[in-house]
Amino acid sequence: MAFGAFANSGPDLSAAAPRRRSYVAIILLAPGVVYLLATFVAPLVSLVLTSFKEPGGDFEVGEYVYAFRWENYAEAIGRFGEIFLRTFGYSLLATILALLISYPLAYFIGVTLRRFPLWQSLVLILVIAPFFISFLLRTLAWKAIFADEGPVVSFLQAIGILGPEDYLNGTAFTVIFGLTYNYIPFMTLPIYTSLERLDLRYVEAGGDLYAGPAQRFWRIILPLSLPGVVSGTLLTFIPASGDYVNASKDFLGSTNTVMAGNVINDMFFQSFYPLSAAVSILLMIAILIPVVAYVARSGSEDLL
Amino acid sequence: MAGSFDESGADLELVGVTKRFPGFTAIENLNLTIPAGSFFALLGPSGCGKTTTLRLVAGLEEPTAGRILIGGKDVTTSKPHQRPVNTVFQSYALFPHMTVLGNVEFGLKRRGISSARELAHEALRLVELDHVAGRRPAQLSGGQQQRVALARAVVNRPALLLLDEPLGALDLKLRRQMQLELKSIQSEVGLTFLHVTHDQEEAMTMADTVAVMNKGRIEQMGAPEELYELPRTTFVANFLGQSNLFTGDVVSTEKDSMTVDIAGLGIKVPRERAQRHAGEVTIGVRPEKLTLHTAKPESTAGVNILGPGTVIDVSFTGVSTQYLVQVPGLPVLTVFAQNMVFGPVAEPGAEVYVSWRVEHGFGLADEPEPEPKFAGDDDTRTIAVQRRQRLEDELDEA
Amino acid sequence: MSTQEAAALATAESAPAPRGRARSGRGGAGAWVVGAYSLLALAIMMIPIVYTIVFSFNDARRTNIVWRGFTLDNWLKICDDARVCESFGNSIIVGVVATVVATILGTMIAIAIVRYTFRFTTLITILLFLPMATPEVVLGSGLGSQFVNMGVERGLWTIIVAHIMFCISFVVVTVRARVASLDPALEEAGRDLYASPAQVFWRVTLPLLMPGILAAALLCFALSFDDFIITNFVSGNAETFPKFVYVAASRGIPPQSNVIASAVFVLAIVIVVAAQLSAGVRRRKLAKTG
Repeated sequence: MAFGAFANSGPDLSAAAPRRRSYVAIILLAPGVVYLLATFVAPLVSLVLTSFKEPGGDFEVGEYVYAFRWENYAEAIGRFGEIFLRTFGYSLLATILALLISYPLAYFIGVTLRRFPLWQSLVLILVIAPFFISFLLRTLAWKAIFADEGPVVSFLQAIGILGPEDYLNGTAFTVIFGLTYNYIPFMTLPIYTSLERLDLRYVEAGGDLYAGPAQRFWRIILPLSLPGVVSGTLLTFIPASGDYVNASKDFLGSTNTVMAGNVINDMFFQSFYPLSAAVSILLMIAILIPVVAYVARSGSEDLL
Repeated sequence: MAGSFDESGADLELVGVTKRFPGFTAIENLNLTIPAGSFFALLGPSGCGKTTTLRLVAGLEEPTAGRILIGGKDVTTSKPHQRPVNTVFQSYALFPHMTVLGNVEFGLKRRGISSARELAHEALRLVELDHVAGRRPAQLSGGQQQRVALARAVVNRPALLLLDEPLGALDLKLRRQMQLELKSIQSEVGLTFLHVTHDQEEAMTMADTVAVMNKGRIEQMGAPEELYELPRTTFVANFLGQSNLFTGDVVSTEKDSMTVDIAGLGIKVPRERAQRHAGEVTIGVRPEKLTLHTAKPESTAGVNILGPGTVIDVSFTGVSTQYLVQVPGLPVLTVFAQNMVFGPVAEPGAEVYVSWRVEHGFGLADEPEPEPKFAGDDDTRTIAVQRRQRLEDELDEA
Repeated sequence: MSTQEAAALATAESAPAPRGRARSGRGGAGAWVVGAYSLLALAIMMIPIVYTIVFSFNDARRTNIVWRGFTLDNWLKICDDARVCESFGNSIIVGVVATVVATILGTMIAIAIVRYTFRFTTLITILLFLPMATPEVVLGSGLGSQFVNMGVERGLWTIIVAHIMFCISFVVVTVRARVASLDPALEEAGRDLYASPAQVFWRVTLPLLMPGILAAALLCFALSFDDFIITNFVSGNAETFPKFVYVAASRGIPPQSNVIASAVFVLAIVIVVAAQLSAGVRRRKLAKTG
């Protein structure tokens, strides 16, 4: 609507409108903040404390006392160092693949389909459709499709890419495939959001100023959609690095594809709580450092 | 809950109102009385404090100091919903989740008025929109939305109706039409209207009384003709229409007029139309009061003559032609001449004289500004014209 | 409406859309490549969904891996495997309770951070951002080890506690955008029209925030309903639907779980498509009358 553009154009007050400050804010904030302190911050503290515990009591499995046992971390790094590297490599690869698949997809929905709003929303529904069906069942479906006697392996064996003894399930390929597949919507949606807002007149102005198609993409479209790319990569990389379903041997992985999440899960359920906690803390640090660096570099601290 | 509601509007009185925001003062010691039943316009550029004044009256802001009285009752500390005041917002602020009727009866229902529905329909009939009562605001045009916003405010019969640039979002033609409609609705319902705008034409068309506001103060207040014909300050002289202003010393004072030395010429100004009568003063005259002569006119009593000067630009604007005339030692003069004949009276470069009747001049109250820091403190157009002039001079010499 | 007004309106409406509906500047061939690539990607993404739905009709014996023929039995006897239905019921309970609580808490925070200034704004922003930036497995093991340390018996309620925690941030982000885009003049109009602060909130603010709040609630329910990673650490013996699938994965998934997943999927898609279609119809109606 043309007149909408004029709303709030009064600089008289907008510049001056001071935000209110009152007890109401405290009432609104307190319940949620206290809740997060109790269920997010306290557990993190508890995780740190647990990671330094030592076996105690009658040396039964699962009995630990508070201590300051650095050796838990030494053990975690010594035993699982390679797994950390693998976790990082798998997640990074899955993130890059997801970006390569998602960007054209998001561009197609956000820009090409812009003239057809109904099609745009219907295709967008296809992108989020996987959210509506169990994540575990979808992953199991891929397991069946990649099964040793399944269609993909048979086909690849027939054309000679795979040898008769080769298989797919349980390899790095299926785990990375699963990670990529599962997090594509998380990558596509934020990129779509920023491309959908992209004013095409900028692109036309670029063309008017002698930029060819490639330059228009690199110098106009991509920089303008960068906020979406940043949040998409974060929304993919962070959960992928903590995932332990795709790499689990009952799903797409095997003992050769163990990721940090699997270690945390297994140690926890074998009651090696301090070791599980130490791996969790290490994983969190290993994720937060690159994430903070990445966010700072891309200059979008205002993610929330 | 909501005070008393008059049928005829009430006085609004602001006493020493000051509003400070962190970092700047929006309004400084404002005193203002608006009589009941009048259509009052607050006119000023953006940032002059006019919208803040309106929000203070509505109760949407609290004054830092001073008192606000409506119908003699102090409402300074009352909340917005306790004041007999309604606002037509700049962006209309129609509730998008309610129908037009729902919007109009909203205020009546909050006050627990039993006949809310009939009164709302009546108000919609007043603005000729009863047939869209069941629609959502988004389904209406801009002009219709504006009228719904008006109905939503008027239906409450507030003692005071505040209009915050209500026509700003409409295009020119629609704005003219709505100006007339608003005015007729005001006389029909007899409420006190306080209208805030930056559009001088709108203020002059609609209001009985106009107050020109600048930097948080009221510069001048009065009937539109009075403000235009007799501006008291440089700001008013320039904000309300255009003016030719000159600065010089008063050299002599006669019975009815005084003579000011402008670049060696004695220019007369009526004494009662001048705010100051001694020392250095600024005097002025409106461009349409000037007459252009191609030959030196006879000097007559009661007429001021400037010249000779050179026409440096001619622009045709339809009903009139605007001439820019450079008289040595004076700022560039603007002359509006009615287009009584085809074609301009003088071409650029022609030598001309300018005259006006003494009674059309006015003297301003401002202390003359110190020497301007930058020589050519003119608008870009004048600068461009002067540049062209200089260039042509150089070419002539070559 | 006067003719002048109609004419003015026509010019206003024919003004170019602010986003610029100009044809995509990129050449035809490029657009085709992007389109074909996108459709291929979408088609591959649909494979596991189709697989899951198809195998809900499989006449399965012990495991549901090999196709043995079409049957409706799985759909007609969903609760033959009691654990499937029980875990599904648990998921619904957890999802509804967690959604209601998290939506209320998150909406309150969203209003507070947009509308008020307070000390520690940065700290609170970090507190809201961190749960989204922390791998789920760390959230789960942290909460799990806290429950172990405190000696709390884990069950349905601990799952609910965990789900509320990870939902709050998402609710805040979703609702915050809506609060920020709310024209403050609308609430001022409410105050001006004799509504008390409480009436302004219930009759103006809340209805206008509702689309954002509903979107946040749907997102929260979807996250809760499908969560396994965190649930696994805090569930004890209680079983939600994803946990049931995970446990059953090692020995074979009963086809009834495909039935439940397919039914939920179809229901969700129908709701979303219907909402989109009605929004499209409303847009067109607006365009016609507006």
